[in-house]
Amino acid sequence: MSEPVDVDTRDSGALRISVRTAGIMLAFTLVFTALMAGTYKATAPMVAASALAEKLRLIGEVLPAGSYDNNLMADAISLPPTKALGLDDESRLWRARRNGAPAALVLEAAAADGYSGRIGLIVAVGADGRLIALRVTSHKETPGLGDYIDPKKDRNKSKPWITQFANLGFDSVPREKWRVKKDGGHFDQMTGATISARAVTNASGRVLAWTMENRERLFALPADGRYEESKP
Amino acid sequence: MSIYKDIAWNGLWKQNSILAQLLGLCPLLAVSSTMVNAVSLGLATILVMMLANFAISALRALIPYEIRIPVFVLIIAALVTVVDLAFNAFLHDLYLVLGIFIPLIVTNCIVLARVEAFAAKNGLRASTFDGLMMGIGFVWVIALLGAVREFIGQGTVFSGIEMIFPTLSGIQVLPESYPGFLVAILPPGAFFVLGLLIAGRNWLEARANQRLRDKRLHEQPPPAATAAA
Repeated sequence: MSEPVDVDTRDSGALRISVRTAGIMLAFTLVFTALMAGTYKATAPMVAASALAEKLRLIGEVLPAGSYDNNLMADAISLPPTKALGLDDESRLWRARRNGAPAALVLEAAAADGYSGRIGLIVAVGADGRLIALRVTSHKETPGLGDYIDPKKDRNKSKPWITQFANLGFDSVPREKWRVKKDGGHFDQMTGATISARAVTNASGRVLAWTMENRERLFALPADGRYEESKP
Repeated sequence: MSIYKDIAWNGLWKQNSILAQLLGLCPLLAVSSTMVNAVSLGLATILVMMLANFAISALRALIPYEIRIPVFVLIIAALVTVVDLAFNAFLHDLYLVLGIFIPLIVTNCIVLARVEAFAAKNGLRASTFDGLMMGIGFVWVIALLGAVREFIGQGTVFSGIEMIFPTLSGIQVLPESYPGFLVAILPPGAFFVLGLLIAGRNWLEARANQRLRDKRLHEQPPPAATAAA
């Protein structure tokens, strides 16, 4: 003869197990969240320092260190999302000065029409309206094909593709010629991989035109100020 | 000692995470376009697999059976985050190269599979060793896949190695005029090459089994003869 099962006891047993399991899950969650939070706290200053050094290194690539004498990191302003620069988010713009006079602007930009998505750029434009240099900061172009826009991947090490923009302005290459040769413009592209080159070329033209148009206002803003697009 | 031999053989060949279990294909196909990328992801995967197997083997007595999977996922995700942050802080140069691959490891189900199948049932040392061997098994296949795709796709080997060792540079094997073969670099090429690798492994396994069968057949007659006599 089997014992009659007490329904109440069985239910409270199941409940006890559920509560215990939930408690263990909670304990694990707390311990591992604490582990992640602790690591984040401990590494945050070092991560921030590395990110700053990385930014300075990128700026150093497009703007020679000797060409300005102010503290770039302190003389920055923020930009709202700007269509002409291809940016959907806030960005920073750094202003280089020499003896207090405007020397160059360094800004982030993007080309949305790469072969596979967005191509991030950093561009330095001189106060005289010439494009000093630009570099690709992020891209997903096809390895071995479109990725020559990044000088690290360019097989032509002595004169990478992207250096042909250096020190050109609309006075030497007119605005309507600021395209790749395939589109009837001035700049070379590699056969079979035009899309990446076209995206970077057109983006650099847009950035240069936007900067030329706004440079006086950009230089005049107080440090840490915020630029607002002028209403037409 | 033979248990370690078994673990090594399983990880490297018999239960190889890619060729036999077909696990972890998402990161595999995404980053095997060049050999250097492939090996970089593989090394990060080894580290995470060893850590995850170690941690879960150590904690296995505390984890109730019913909720083991969520707890495993929690532990693996936390470990990957910690590895990611630690790399960023202490080995920043290496992080610039490997950084994009580390979060991808979370999507690699081989980590969860080994934790569930091995670390949850075995001791600390065996579990850590299993993570190492499964990781190495992952690395050699993904390295081979990357090398083949890179060679066919752009005619080079070791391109991009200057990101890790600045003094070295990739080697152009095929002539500079080689036009490249785009399909090999794009994701479909990964499927083609992976398919060939798996077919190759199956062929080797089938041949080994056939030999074993033949050997047994040849050995069979003598005992049968004695039984008849």
